[in-house]
Amino acid sequence: MTQATANGGPVLEIRGLKTHFFTRDGVVKAVDGVDLTVEAGEIVGLVGESGCGKSVTSMSVLRLVQDPGRIVDGSIRFQGTDLLGLSDKEIRNIRGDRISMIFQQPISSLNPVYTAGFQIAEVYRVHRNMKKGPARDKALEVLREVGIPDPERRIDAYPHELSGGMAQRIMIAMALAAGPELLIADEPTTALDVTIQAQIIDLMRDVREDLGTAIILITHDLGIVAEIADRVAVMYAGEIVEEADVETLFTDPKHPYTRGLIGSIPVAGARREWLDVIPGRVPNLIDLPPGCRFAPRCRARLENDLTICTEREPALLDVGENHTARCWLYSEGRR
Amino acid sequence: MTEPLLSVRGLVKTYPVKGGALQRIVGTVKAVDGVDLDVYPGEAVGLVGESGCGKSTLGRAILRLEEPDAGSVWYDGTDILTLGAKELKGYRRAAQVVFQDPFSSLDPRTTVGDSISEGLRVHGIGAKERARRVADVLELVGLEPYHAKRYPHEFSGGQRQRIGIARALAVEPRFIVLDEPVSALDVSIQSQILNLLKRLQNDLGLTLLFIAHDLSVVEHLCDRIAVMYLGKIVEVSSRDILFDRPTHPYTEALLSAIPIPDPTVTRERILLEGDLPSPLHPPSGCTFHTRCPIAVTGVCDTFSPELRSVPGEPDHLASCHLRTGEYTHLDRATV
Amino acid sequence: MSDPTVPPQPPDEGMPPTNVTDPMPAMAEAFAFEREDEIERAVGEGFAASGGDVSGHATGGLWRTAGRELLRKKSAVVGLVMLTVLVFLAVFAPVIAPYDPNEVLFSEGVAPRDAPCIHLLGCPDDQPQHILGIDGNGRDYFSRLVYGARVSLLAAFVAVTFAMVWGTIVGLIAGFFGGAADNVLMRLMDVLLSFPSLLLAIAIVSVLGPGLINAILAISVVTIPQYARIVRSSVLSIREQEFVAADRALGVGTWRLLWHRIFPNALTPLVVIATLGIATAVLEIASLSFLGLGVQPPTPEWGSMLAAERNQVFTAPHLVFFAGLMIMWNVLSFNLLGDGLRDALDPRLGR
Repeated sequence: MTQATANGGPVLEIRGLKTHFFTRDGVVKAVDGVDLTVEAGEIVGLVGESGCGKSVTSMSVLRLVQDPGRIVDGSIRFQGTDLLGLSDKEIRNIRGDRISMIFQQPISSLNPVYTAGFQIAEVYRVHRNMKKGPARDKALEVLREVGIPDPERRIDAYPHELSGGMAQRIMIAMALAAGPELLIADEPTTALDVTIQAQIIDLMRDVREDLGTAIILITHDLGIVAEIADRVAVMYAGEIVEEADVETLFTDPKHPYTRGLIGSIPVAGARREWLDVIPGRVPNLIDLPPGCRFAPRCRARLENDLTICTEREPALLDVGENHTARCWLYSEGRR
Repeated sequence: MTEPLLSVRGLVKTYPVKGGALQRIVGTVKAVDGVDLDVYPGEAVGLVGESGCGKSTLGRAILRLEEPDAGSVWYDGTDILTLGAKELKGYRRAAQVVFQDPFSSLDPRTTVGDSISEGLRVHGIGAKERARRVADVLELVGLEPYHAKRYPHEFSGGQRQRIGIARALAVEPRFIVLDEPVSALDVSIQSQILNLLKRLQNDLGLTLLFIAHDLSVVEHLCDRIAVMYLGKIVEVSSRDILFDRPTHPYTEALLSAIPIPDPTVTRERILLEGDLPSPLHPPSGCTFHTRCPIAVTGVCDTFSPELRSVPGEPDHLASCHLRTGEYTHLDRATV
Repeated sequence: MSDPTVPPQPPDEGMPPTNVTDPMPAMAEAFAFEREDEIERAVGEGFAASGGDVSGHATGGLWRTAGRELLRKKSAVVGLVMLTVLVFLAVFAPVIAPYDPNEVLFSEGVAPRDAPCIHLLGCPDDQPQHILGIDGNGRDYFSRLVYGARVSLLAAFVAVTFAMVWGTIVGLIAGFFGGAADNVLMRLMDVLLSFPSLLLAIAIVSVLGPGLINAILAISVVTIPQYARIVRSSVLSIREQEFVAADRALGVGTWRLLWHRIFPNALTPLVVIATLGIATAVLEIASLSFLGLGVQPPTPEWGSMLAAERNQVFTAPHLVFFAGLMIMWNVLSFNLLGDGLRDALDPRLGR
């Protein structure tokens, strides 16, 4: 588990977060005990497959989880303030001002009946009480910052007149408008083409360099994480199963799921006859397997003939410097 | 040299664009703009490009799911575009398709077995034989025979994709068009399907046309790769040559834009500027010149380049004035 | 964070233990398997479907699932119960009704518009029991009300079926073939839609003459465009689905495609609209009959019963009230059921 560094403390500190969805078929434990720390100016990659709880974790931070979902336990401290203890009004003031968020579908994230410029200016009008004129000037400025060509013309464009890449730039401009300490990017490039994706990745890297904004990057694409993240947390079935700095995670992955995930991606320029396969599929979050949630799909368990895996759930164990993994393989001498 | 199994010549497919209150035709989009492509027996050809480049339309036109406006598609010595509905029946058994979306590619109201055996029924195969074939192909794709009685909603995305593959295999085709078969799947499921496709190709000697936006996925499975940009093929060659010596600047950019899941690798990034031009108003000359880092004014924006072989490599074709055309002396980027 | 409270159920993949222990020790070094499919078979996807239906629901077709959904909706169940009562009345009318609905009972000593006589509530035993009294023509009002359910349900059902069949044919052809067929058919539908429906029905009935059959015909013709439109729009979206393209690539013929793929998938919204349509048809039949253009006397029908006694609303209010109540009951039951169906069949509201 990462500890808060001495200088200034972390921007975000999530402890024991549990967000459950109370459906007719049972309780879906979408996020089930997540700890995550984000330092100032740091890019943390939150990686996992669909349904692993990575998006719900980020929605929980902004308290945007909707019925039948509820945050049932844990704490989320943002620069020392517990976000879960704030009133609705207080959390609204934080959203879009100090923590902002961008989503996968940029065009549908923008309101179709207002121009891009109006929507960016609105951030200044709501959070900075600016007048229409100055707010528009600020909007123009931020559009220029995110590299929109011809910003004087684009500022009056409606969302449907924008391409996907352009709309995502505008979403980022909007998210950055108030100068937030934390940007949550939920699959920001998944809907975009590869060449446009490269542009957006570059932009996010610049944002961190120039503005010092911490970024939580939620994605299923390990390639993107390797490109820009400083630290990576891998999620599986509502839990973080491994966390390490980006180089360690890719060069020395410990958790069998992380290994399987890395081995299953075809890598351009590195040809293999067969890709690694993680057999089976993600468990049902209502009816989780006993013991380790990955055990039913885990080869390492079978090879090492571990019976404990299907009986008791492992804790996040230190497996190296600033490197934790939730796996019984690394528990010798610990129990 | 062996004869190609499938030979596409000068294929053009346009769509009318309607506009205004009266829905008059205001223009045409050339989705596929004069494509030549050969596919040899037993090989897997990858067709790569960004959204809107016409790769799916080309795949559908080859299968005559869309009626092309011009050109020919020769299969086994017959131009299938000239065939009537009756004569087309033979081709329908020989050439099959697997689609991207595992959710819309199966009829929700039909059992899996009935969906798979539909093609067999069309070709006059009796009920008993059909049932046996269905059980066979289900096993071939890693499912169980009793799954035939179930409905699509009872399966996960990866399993549905297996069912889609089983449906295509049921009629024992020689040639299969795979239209983004893994892009809707999770990473770990993606590798299961890619391995399955590779095994099937090896075991059954299938010829594949693999359409994808992701070069690394195509690289894993394909012997030869064609890159498309705005309705035209801009480069074709064997996989290894394309990855080692990309010739067209677009291929170079596409290759360098793929995020590589290895933080220790640092690469020279060729960042393309701007967006894909609207196919409704394609740029003059070489359609790539608006984003091309090496374009020369007066040449690239004026003349349309042809697909020619790279000097010294007869099987490596690219359409670039500066790399394969008559203006190689103007290329500042090459040595 | 180990959790001892996790239920001791088998994992989602539902794999038998024999498959786990058997092939595994033979595997070579970790994470580098040569052939994945054997392991995949052993641990993997293949088993997922056998034990791992995500929802945990019993299997079955979509209609059965929708049926279960429907029974979860309170309003739909209320609608269903109300409808069952009506159908029961209609089917067993001869048993339930104490008198022939058209029999004039003056010979038995009743007067027009006699007040209800219910023995249980103290009506003298020597008087014949008429629980809802006698109508203006000396007939047992309750018996007429019961028989009225037959006419109302049957007429509405026939009208809607007729409109649905023609609307579906028009919608399927227009949506699937498009082009000129689409243009001609849908413009025709637009023309039909441009008439106020009741007025058009009145016009049709005035030309063809009043009567139940003509009223049904009038109501159906007027509603055909509704069904045509809904079918056409579903066909347009289903036509673009990949499973239709897959069938075309397999060489499936046009008519089979239309009938086996497109039509069953277009049925869902059709069923909802038809159910709500019956409610409207009930009202329109009653309206036409009220105006004297629908069911002709002496056949018992709620609308015409209402019309016959409308001047007595202050002197014998029950004769107006109960006929009106039955119409409302009928309309409400179909509306509740239709709304419930819409929710049950809406894929977005699924799990």
